[in-house]
Amino acid sequence: MMDRGTTDMAVTIGGVRLANPVMPASGTFAEGLSSVVDLNRLGALVTKTITRELRTGNPLPRVAEVDSGMLNAIGIPSKGVPYFLEHTLPLYRQWVPPLVVSISAPSAEHFAHLAAEVSVPGVTAIEANISCPNIEEDGKAFAMRATSTETVVRHLRAATSLPLWVKLTPNTGDMAEVAKAAEAAGADALVVANTILAMAIDLQTFKPRLGNVMGGLSGPAIKPIVLRQVYQCARAVRLPVIGCGGISTAADAAEYMLAGASAVQVGTATFLHPGAMIDVIDGLARFCALHGMASVTELVGAMKREEADEDDVTWAEPVA
Amino acid sequence: MNFCPSVVRERAEVLSNTLVNSEYRHLVAACGPLAASAAPGQFFQLLCPASPGNAPFFRRPMSLYGADPAKRQVEFLYKVTGAGTRGLADLHPGDRLDMMGPLGRGFVLDPAWKSIVAVGRGAGLATLAPLAQAAQALGIAVTAILSARRPDLVVSDALFRSRGATVLTVTDTEGTSGPAHVEGLLRGLIGQGSCDAFFTCGSSRLLRVQQRLAREFNLPGSVAMEQQMACGLGMCFCCVRDFNVGGEIVHKRVCWDGPVFDVLEALP
Repeated sequence: MMDRGTTDMAVTIGGVRLANPVMPASGTFAEGLSSVVDLNRLGALVTKTITRELRTGNPLPRVAEVDSGMLNAIGIPSKGVPYFLEHTLPLYRQWVPPLVVSISAPSAEHFAHLAAEVSVPGVTAIEANISCPNIEEDGKAFAMRATSTETVVRHLRAATSLPLWVKLTPNTGDMAEVAKAAEAAGADALVVANTILAMAIDLQTFKPRLGNVMGGLSGPAIKPIVLRQVYQCARAVRLPVIGCGGISTAADAAEYMLAGASAVQVGTATFLHPGAMIDVIDGLARFCALHGMASVTELVGAMKREEADEDDVTWAEPVA
Repeated sequence: MNFCPSVVRERAEVLSNTLVNSEYRHLVAACGPLAASAAPGQFFQLLCPASPGNAPFFRRPMSLYGADPAKRQVEFLYKVTGAGTRGLADLHPGDRLDMMGPLGRGFVLDPAWKSIVAVGRGAGLATLAPLAQAAQALGIAVTAILSARRPDLVVSDALFRSRGATVLTVTDTEGTSGPAHVEGLLRGLIGQGSCDAFFTCGSSRLLRVQQRLAREFNLPGSVAMEQQMACGLGMCFCCVRDFNVGGEIVHKRVCWDGPVFDVLEALP
């Protein structure tokens, strides 16, 4: 039996108690993972994003590998709400961790309808993926701007009494303002962030390496960027922030929590190592135990900043 | 603690990794009982070692060439084509290979069949190979039509023969690999009652021939499909292909719904 340490790993995120702070990132998780790992070990289960409309997804190729990461333009294939309620939801009921349903829609009104439709027993919380294009704003993602973020989150808040997690896009110049807008409009937690808009070109064929030309970059390549954004958001709001971006190991997760994340989502790493989330949970527990922490929550925002007096700082070049 | 996985990730020990001709290598690895119980048509996701200048990010899907539950071994037959397989080629006996499997739905043999035909080309020859042993165990006769560019590039022929199969080799250089000639061979086998089902992999042209014959003679068939993959567990939806299911075109995930599909549903 593995020693999981003496640290209490439970966290509470926007009213939802999780046995530990580690969960899958939406889109990188489905029931197939249960053939390799025990899903009951996870802090929460997060579905692939569902939409009201039926979507087949983007043209192939839908993924491409790049240095230390992957590009994807899957295009959110979705079988719609009735299929989710009849098939997906009953399937997930066999597992114990809270179920978080990821939703997406092309307008604030559609978002609200969808949130109401999936607010059913068996669903613990809603994760609103507002990184998708907003047809009312020329296709710009809701979460690129504070104003459109506030509008869509207000509609969502009015449509459901379930805890509302709002997933932000990293593709904005004003992360903190967007985070504040989501908080003001009634979000219970923020998920920071999503993939970073990117592309790659094949030098043999001169063709883009994604069928959709542009796509989202994920994996270790984006970790330092999203870590910074989590830090910015966590300082800007009182809401719990769930870190999501290139987390592959317990060390990555610990870094995110030190930057201010209250929980973490693991995505691309699971594609390479199906047991990545389990390794993160066990490693995080060992890390906390090593540092004598009674609770994993002691890590949250515990980054230490040097605040030495100017007078004490030596600016001289080190002597060789 | 009663969790019971059906897929395992393990660091298998490479026992051998040798060239079998100018293009293909044969890798044998010692593994646990679950991996060694892999069925024909199933595949593994291999984390290929990085070679200089190449660090593959994703795992690489690799179809099963052989599995031996008694010896606790799996075998792969692969052609070095890119960053992943170049890394595989560098493995030496005693090295570890990070593999995840067995994955996907494999070939299903109906014990009522008396004889089947396996038609493959290129990498598809490796994918079809484990059928030979499975069919032999059920007393089903096998005719293997193995297609390659040149006679020296044919693989799996010795394995099929060792399991009692009849092997017909067709090649580009001999002018025997065209669809018309293969169709003639298949019609001959159907005529003599030696084809209760088709099994195929590796050639769209030969798939079309078998689809035509399957309709004409009302014969069942299975095809193993290939596609670029990321997760291998049905989660990422990057490996979808179009399939014709009852006249409707639908997406199916090659890794999870396949890689073996009904021959009539496949769109070459």
